[in-house]
Amino acid sequence: MTTMTLAKALNAGLRRAMEDDDKVVVMGEDVGTLGGVFRITDGLQKDFGDDRVIDTPLAESGIVGTAVGLAMRGYRPVVEIQFDGFVYPAYDQIVCQVAKLHFRSQGRIRIPMVIRIPFGGGIGAVEHHSESPEAQFAHTPGLKVVACSNPADAYAMIQQAVHADDPVIFLEPKRLYHSAKGEVDESAPPAPLWQSRVVRPGADATLVGYGPTVSTCLDAATVAAEEGRSLEVIDLRTLSPLDLLPVHESVRRTGRLVVVHEAHQTLGLGAEIAARVTEECFHSLEAPVLRVTGYDTPYPPARIEEAFLPDLDRVLDAVDRTFGF
Amino acid sequence: MTDPVFGPAPEQQADPELVQLLTPEGERVHHPGFDLDFTPDQLRGFFRDMTLVRRLDIEATALQRHGELGLWAQLLGQEAAQIGAGRALAPQDYVFPTYREHAVAWCRGVDPVKLLALFRGVDQGSWDPSEHNFGLYTIVIGAQTLHATGYAMGVQRDGLVGTGDPTRDTAVVAHFGDGASSQGDVNEAFVFAASYNAPVVFFCQNNQWAISEPFERQSRIPLYRRSQGFGFPGIRVDGNDVLATYAVMQAALQRAREGQGPILIEAYTYRMGAHTTTDDPTRYRLSDDVEHWKLKDPIARLEAYLRRNGLADDEFMTAVAAEADALGERMRRECHALPDPDLRDMFALVHAEQTAELAAQQAAYDEHAASFAEVTS
Repeated sequence: MTTMTLAKALNAGLRRAMEDDDKVVVMGEDVGTLGGVFRITDGLQKDFGDDRVIDTPLAESGIVGTAVGLAMRGYRPVVEIQFDGFVYPAYDQIVCQVAKLHFRSQGRIRIPMVIRIPFGGGIGAVEHHSESPEAQFAHTPGLKVVACSNPADAYAMIQQAVHADDPVIFLEPKRLYHSAKGEVDESAPPAPLWQSRVVRPGADATLVGYGPTVSTCLDAATVAAEEGRSLEVIDLRTLSPLDLLPVHESVRRTGRLVVVHEAHQTLGLGAEIAARVTEECFHSLEAPVLRVTGYDTPYPPARIEEAFLPDLDRVLDAVDRTFGF
Repeated sequence: MTDPVFGPAPEQQADPELVQLLTPEGERVHHPGFDLDFTPDQLRGFFRDMTLVRRLDIEATALQRHGELGLWAQLLGQEAAQIGAGRALAPQDYVFPTYREHAVAWCRGVDPVKLLALFRGVDQGSWDPSEHNFGLYTIVIGAQTLHATGYAMGVQRDGLVGTGDPTRDTAVVAHFGDGASSQGDVNEAFVFAASYNAPVVFFCQNNQWAISEPFERQSRIPLYRRSQGFGFPGIRVDGNDVLATYAVMQAALQRAREGQGPILIEAYTYRMGAHTTTDDPTRYRLSDDVEHWKLKDPIARLEAYLRRNGLADDEFMTAVAAEADALGERMRRECHALPDPDLRDMFALVHAEQTAELAAQQAAYDEHAASFAEVTS
């Protein structure tokens, strides 16, 4: 058991994955000598060489497109997209090639690729550095999408994503990289990758978050408890496929659900979750499913981003509203 | 006019050299860089290949006209470029095609009926890429050039470049066209290939037309010169000359296998047919142009050479024609017999590891389909 930051846990997980399988290659902008702008790949090139930790030209379509070729040659590329807003030049390769080659080839071609994307806001950055593009990928057949929220999960999930034979969009809550510290048991058997998890049990209402909003939900549950309200918090972990069994089970008990994400509201993950929970738990619901999300504006300038992001007050306000029906 | 500071405009530079070994009249000429000797068997083989793939193309076009295919992308006029490029490959080389490389597929042993299946809408490519070392057709133009470059980076990591063993050293081919040369992916592939010195041959068939847009809309300079800006050599070859295309391709592949890095070949040719069967070239080009290029026909020039030099007689020609007839007949018969796929089989193909969500959708579809079966039974 070691205490480490989320960034360090990802680094340790990547290192372990590279030790376990010499076909694993890491590639991206500044991932080599520098160790990545967030230092997630720190030291890997020194230990595994520049054939396996590849500093690439600054072209995201080129990075993902060449990773497709490496995958077809039997490698397991782990691609780093430097910031969420920089993934769009690679969007065509991801959506038309990475996602579809298995289907197009009737299963003959596998693309065991991980595309790591630091996502979400709260770091005071300039434009294109604080986005949450998960719904665009979760909407795309052929991709799997996961988001980690804590060091222990980060360590295990990155290894599981690398071992998976399908392409995985791996979302990392960048504002927690160096602030979230936690115990990581490197010998513990990991939870299955494609499962959501109850991270705080409760009885009165259910909060669902993923990535950076899990801690917001947990904070809200702590405050609500002081006011005598017991909130259950679920960390989705996997966004595609969605594992809503724990959510359904929870909502059948609580009758109330609030989904929290930084991504824009319209046609976001919250909308899909609301639809499915309505289908599965219609008679248990005491209130409509509510969403606390980023607004449907482009991500705002950094000085006002806290007002854009879901926070404790907005989550608690939504919980109050579910009791108003 | 030459700019006093920046020099001559691109179009004022000298006409590019075109590597040619067989003139449109069927005269054998020599080139100092590519002075290959061809055996009579090789020459007859090229003729047979080109004749058969032209028949393949004509049959497929006819099948589309009869409503048996949804679409067909014709290769008419590009037989020499593709057969030359295809026959120069070593077995271990790997090819990333566009959607028009029917003759390269032929060289790689892909059954033409599998090409028909794709354009019929039965599947999206049913050959096993690793069996033929021939990737699936790629519809988004240029995307496959990055795949080729990445695959070549994998070959490098496998230690299969520059070993000196001709049965192991491996090159990768990225096919694309003049239209795709404007795509970002192609330019990024050039950057990556140059940066890593990857063993990839960029083979551009400049057939002069990107649907309705002439080559001049894509580039102010001959395409083969583009590579110089990226830091690797480029060469223009007469794409209607199978001998020259073969010779240049063979040298480029060998160079890549030896570890000397990427190269760009511009096979200068002409799309004699439409872009696809949905297109109508009379709306945008002159029949004079087409007539001009007919005089450069790749098959006619080789036939002239073979006959003039007594390398092929009537018996050979008749045999090839009969083989083409048999190919056409088989394509028609087997195309008609292609079974439609079943949507229920699609759900399992999305992922290597199927999700519970897709399994549930498959079950729902099964139930829906079964309800019709009960009605009709």
